[in-house]
Amino acid sequence: MNFFSDVILMLDSSIRLAVPILLACLAGLYSERSGIVDIGLEGKMLGAAFAAAAIAAVTGSAWLGLLAAIFVSSGMAMIHAIASINMRGNQIISGVALNFLALGATVFVGHSWFKRGGSTPNLGTDARFSPIELPFAEQLGGIPIVGEIYEQLISGHNLIVYVAFLAVPVTAWVLFRTRFGLRLRAVGENPTALDTAGISVTKLRYQALIIGGILCGLAGAYLSTGQGASFSDNMTAGRGFIALAALIFAKWRPVPALWTCLLFGVLSAAQIRLQGVEFPLIGEVPVQAIQALPYILTVVLLAGFIGRSVAPKAVGQPYIKER
Amino acid sequence: MSTHKPLPRWVDIALMPALNVALAFVVGGLAVAAVGEDPFRAMQVLIFGAFGYGEGWGFTLHFATSFVFTGLAVAVAYHAGLFNIGGEGQAYVAGLGAIMVALWLDQTHWVFVLVGSTFAAMTFGAIWAMIPGYLQAKRGSHIVITTIMFNFIASAFMSYMLAQVITRPGANAETETIAETGRLPLMSDFLPVFTFSPLNITFFIGILSLIFVYVLIWHTKLGYQIRTLGANPEAARYAGISAVAIIIIVMAISGALAGLMAVNEAVGVQKRLGVGYVQGFGFVGIAVAFMGRAHPIGIALAALLFGALYQGGQELAFVMPSVSSDLVVVIQALVILFTGAMSEMFKPVLLRLFNRASGEPETVGD
Amino acid sequence: MIEKPEDIARQPQQAAGQKLEGQGAQGSELAIDLRGVSKAFGPVQANKNIFMSVKRNSIHGIVGENGAGKSTLMSILYGFYHADAGEIFVNGAKVQIKDSSHALELGIGMVHQHFMLVDNFTVLENIILGAEGGFLLAKSLKAARDEMERLAKDYGLEVDPDALVEDLSVGQQQRVEILKALYRGAEVLIMDEPTGVLTPTEADHLFKIFEQLRAQGKTIILITHKLREIMAITDSVSVMRRGEIVTTLETSKTSPDNLAELMVGRRVEMDAQKTRGNPAKKVLEVKNLSMTDELGVPRVKNVSFDVRAGEIVGIAGVAGNGQSQLLEVISGMDEPLLGEIWINGSRVEFEGSRTAAHVRHLGLAHVPEDRLKTGLVAQFEEWENSILGYSEEPKYGPGQILSLRAAREEADRRIEKFDIRPPNCRLKTANFSGGNQQKIVLAREMDRELDILVVGQPTRGVDIGAIEFIHKQIVAMRDAGKAVLLVSVELDEIRALSDRVLVMFDGKIVTELSPDASEREFGLSMAGVDPHEDADTDTSGANPDLKEGAQ
Repeated sequence: MNFFSDVILMLDSSIRLAVPILLACLAGLYSERSGIVDIGLEGKMLGAAFAAAAIAAVTGSAWLGLLAAIFVSSGMAMIHAIASINMRGNQIISGVALNFLALGATVFVGHSWFKRGGSTPNLGTDARFSPIELPFAEQLGGIPIVGEIYEQLISGHNLIVYVAFLAVPVTAWVLFRTRFGLRLRAVGENPTALDTAGISVTKLRYQALIIGGILCGLAGAYLSTGQGASFSDNMTAGRGFIALAALIFAKWRPVPALWTCLLFGVLSAAQIRLQGVEFPLIGEVPVQAIQALPYILTVVLLAGFIGRSVAPKAVGQPYIKER
Repeated sequence: MSTHKPLPRWVDIALMPALNVALAFVVGGLAVAAVGEDPFRAMQVLIFGAFGYGEGWGFTLHFATSFVFTGLAVAVAYHAGLFNIGGEGQAYVAGLGAIMVALWLDQTHWVFVLVGSTFAAMTFGAIWAMIPGYLQAKRGSHIVITTIMFNFIASAFMSYMLAQVITRPGANAETETIAETGRLPLMSDFLPVFTFSPLNITFFIGILSLIFVYVLIWHTKLGYQIRTLGANPEAARYAGISAVAIIIIVMAISGALAGLMAVNEAVGVQKRLGVGYVQGFGFVGIAVAFMGRAHPIGIALAALLFGALYQGGQELAFVMPSVSSDLVVVIQALVILFTGAMSEMFKPVLLRLFNRASGEPETVGD
Repeated sequence: MIEKPEDIARQPQQAAGQKLEGQGAQGSELAIDLRGVSKAFGPVQANKNIFMSVKRNSIHGIVGENGAGKSTLMSILYGFYHADAGEIFVNGAKVQIKDSSHALELGIGMVHQHFMLVDNFTVLENIILGAEGGFLLAKSLKAARDEMERLAKDYGLEVDPDALVEDLSVGQQQRVEILKALYRGAEVLIMDEPTGVLTPTEADHLFKIFEQLRAQGKTIILITHKLREIMAITDSVSVMRRGEIVTTLETSKTSPDNLAELMVGRRVEMDAQKTRGNPAKKVLEVKNLSMTDELGVPRVKNVSFDVRAGEIVGIAGVAGNGQSQLLEVISGMDEPLLGEIWINGSRVEFEGSRTAAHVRHLGLAHVPEDRLKTGLVAQFEEWENSILGYSEEPKYGPGQILSLRAAREEADRRIEKFDIRPPNCRLKTANFSGGNQQKIVLAREMDRELDILVVGQPTRGVDIGAIEFIHKQIVAMRDAGKAVLLVSVELDEIRALSDRVLVMFDGKIVTELSPDASEREFGLSMAGVDPHEDADTDTSGANPDLKEGAQ
């Protein structure tokens, strides 16, 4: 059973690696479904990670940390909203700016606050989201395969992990089963149709961006107070952009987003494990090749070489009511 | 819709960007105040660090040279209506070409190294940018997303190359060092006032690049077509301009310009190529291009400002330990936000002001 | 209309149009009653003191040429614009229509010319959008499905509720729009040019739906420029011209001839001091040209004609009948599906985006219909627009060098020659007036070696003084022996300038007329009827779309 537990272990770390990407990807989904490009996922996540770690370190409460994360991330989403909805500015530029803002501000504030060169102090157990043992995990763990999967793979993650996975069906439900979802999908495709039906485009887009802010807040808090135990400089390390790639890959749909993020999670877990492993025929696969794979796949997909991924039609264009 | 009298030209091209940049600095100043330091004193330290003495000047101009390259790269693409966020990756990959040629020629003379590595850097940068250009022009993939992805692909590719292919045995992912005979001359060799600063001969390539872009955009037929496509693609179609060709050419030029950073930083200063040598300078180009309104003169000024920020910021972090040099990144972000995404922020106020000042009634236009 | 004395006092010239309302005017009988509605966009008076009433349970037509103000009027009624003056009564009650949702509450629905549908939504989703009725969709979808079944039965509005809109034909999409309005409880349905995008069979079906809707007590306002439709389906009709209602008539008491004349009107003769042209050899030949737009809809259908040196050929027609697409193909901006174009005896090779440059090289100059969208770069300085499309010519500098001096000197010369004001080639183009912008385009295209001048809407949005100047220039081109192809929706302009006139309708050239032909002939042919043919038999010919609808 050595191989089996190896696989379980790898899948377990895949899940952990997939969670922040998944949350950010869903955040991007709400935003882009509403017609607002969200390059700033990375920055919102980073800002949130810092806020969570800092507040958790100061107050000792992971929950207050999470609240701070959501507050910061949503605040950044509102800057994006003002720039792209009210001022009809370039949404991409605004997103790029937010990424740098987070990159600089987190270290700047952290540096003067904690005097640790931008990092935050290590968090104790209470100040983090600790693993949750699901009911009967220990008892069921004895059952081969099913029980082991339950105990080792499904049980034992922190709360945010479960929230992230729950967010997928919830998002799917909201998007396809509720009035809000219907309007959200419509506003990203044809805002004029919505406007002529007497519904405010601005309000809907603000709502979408707020939801995205909350989700990025969760993602950031997960990085610094769930998976990790402190904030460090640029700790998102491009996850926001992987999430963007996943969103394109999933064609802006929640359930495919889950699979894509899990796939990307597996890829990054594999990077660590495949180092130095010789494969028959191809020999050793460079770690960097696996690292680059999500990005390469996205480029290939965008170019229409394997299927087509078409963004919501109105994405990126400020809505201007015609005269 | 009623519109006001248009703003005077100087307000549009000078006052509004200046106000936006000023606002970025005001917010930066507030941040300094928030950590308990005196923003005016911080400003003083910063300016002294950047311009107060020869070595400071040297560092400022050296940083500015890199920013000129990455800023021009963004600007040239922007004139064609393309947003090239890939300067970071293009400069990184260009480093590979530059260093390979430099190491190959370093036993000859620095002139050969300069010419050879310049050419190689431009070629590698151009190719890395042309692929997203081609995909945009021919396959309709959005250039912003593709160039972002190419930054990451470049990063993975380069760390593989540096770790496995052109690595110096025993080192942690970096190349051999350029031999003494092939090193580019430093400015301080001629002008001792620059003392230990890394300012080198690439500075002049920077100046040449500024002139080149100015001539290209405003004094050539290609530049004219680039601007037409960027300003009104429908008019370009009317004029019989091939959007596909222009997009690919422009991206190649843009990538080549970003690539020149490798000559300044990798060949000129570090004399070898290490992982992540670009240090985000590709992204600084975005701020520089927006602040400089995609015009070489503006870019030169913006690059100088950011060069001063980077140099002075380090000085500042030294003098005021509670202010980290990341303040520079914050200001950079605010400059991008205010001059790029919120560029018309002050327009309503200015319009009201100028219309009242001129005392003319509102005119109505269609 | 209720004939209150003050109405008449305010609107004496309207008396002619009131004979219809005079008969049974009770507030409750009228679904819609507009009294003195006016609307201006800047200096343009789009609607001038409009009085119009529509009886409940009837089909009321509004006809008029482009820019007559039909759409603006209906947009006011639908709450998209607010009237500057005047009163609106719905079912006898005075209302202030705030926005579209308010109009819907009042039972007014509108089907726009461009559908307001979400393409990747199902029919059902589109129907409930904005009128969901609850947070959860399931219930509203169920309700909408039942309602759709009922509406399908009552009105013959069958559409698959689960189909994606993007997979539907245009005619079916239109049905979805109608369903949307009915689902929201519309009692009055405004249809803006509903047959413009339909095939003849689809149009027939639509008219049957209209009749069923009327039979069920709905009121329909039909905006159209097609007289046959008015004759075939409406109970009463208002004719609009230049923002005003010329008259309102009972359809049974009028004729297409009469309406055509009212619609076109007798206007001030435009005097371009015209002499006859001297047609010489053929320089532009269009052979069996067909093209489809990006949606695959045929826009130009097997069009052939030629233009000789020394003549002006005008293409008349209501906007949207394929003239724009024809212009784009001839000028090389777009590719034809079938057919050939010959310029000066050589065939145009269509080679993608460079074709426009190639066509210019062959000696064809093109003044596009929309100067700001196509013909100019608004943020460019004047001189930069003076070389648009010609920048690669050696006179603007050797090789890749662009000689600003050469370009500016030429621009200055043209500014003087064409009296462009202000005379400053360094001024941003957006800061010139519409007439002067048009002169910039004309100067660029006319002031050079050329054989053929293709001009689209030369005087759209241009002040009177500039119109006269532009007309003179076009005639001067002709007199200098150039071939001129003139496309305009302004019939006066076509008639004043052309040596012969081709009338386009539905992508085809219906007929060729002399510029001196009668109003009746122009009115009929622009409505798709060849006036040379017998009015009774032509339904099987050029325009069969009303065969059944006309009963």
